[in-house]
Amino acid sequence: MAKKLALIASKGTLDWAYPPFILASTAAALDYEVHIFFTFYGLTLLKKDLGDLKVSPLGNPAMPMPVPMPNLLQMLPGMESMATMMMKQKIADKGVASIEDLRAACLESGVKLIACQMTVDLFDFKTTDFIDGIEYGGAATFFQFAGESDVNLFI
Amino acid sequence: MEFNKEVDATGLNCPLPILRCKKGLSEVEASQVLKVISTDPGSVKDFNAFCVQTGHELLQLDQDDSTFTFYIKKRSN
Repeated sequence: MAKKLALIASKGTLDWAYPPFILASTAAALDYEVHIFFTFYGLTLLKKDLGDLKVSPLGNPAMPMPVPMPNLLQMLPGMESMATMMMKQKIADKGVASIEDLRAACLESGVKLIACQMTVDLFDFKTTDFIDGIEYGGAATFFQFAGESDVNLFI
Repeated sequence: MEFNKEVDATGLNCPLPILRCKKGLSEVEASQVLKVISTDPGSVKDFNAFCVQTGHELLQLDQDDSTFTFYIKKRSN
């Protein structure tokens, strides 16, 4: 019987979009059955347009910067866009997959993507903004699969 | 070494070489051999782990400078 992986994706930034999609696509390649439950800011990762994903150096002292920069400067307008642009360039230069590609790989290999219904209601998200082929559910839906999974991760 | 299909994963980083390998294996018959070329140093450990977990057989690994060539025999079932 196939092993099972249950993930919770709770973050909606460009950098934190990677772990759930990398782990899910790889697990699927290893013949795992995979479910990802997207909650709160993680729901952003289900939008049709992923172009808005950003990374912020603010409050992230471990983020490698070309020159050391005090926190006070990182809050200036344009810094977030600049950091995002630099990150995207680095991703392309190093042959790292785009989030779009990894998400497509997940869908192609049968990874089940579940949107938290409560968060959709809370933030007044429009389901038409999300990609097709996803499901909507709540905590109990997550546990139905997570309870019988071999690996459970909260990201 | 003889092979039935070749996948070029050069320049790609984790987890793309594994994903391309998986796709390549789905396009060959059981017991046929897939050749995968990678430049990701992490892929050496990853391809071993992939084969151990999926039951496909890593027949041979050639290393040339920074290029890694894997020959993987698709499991029979």
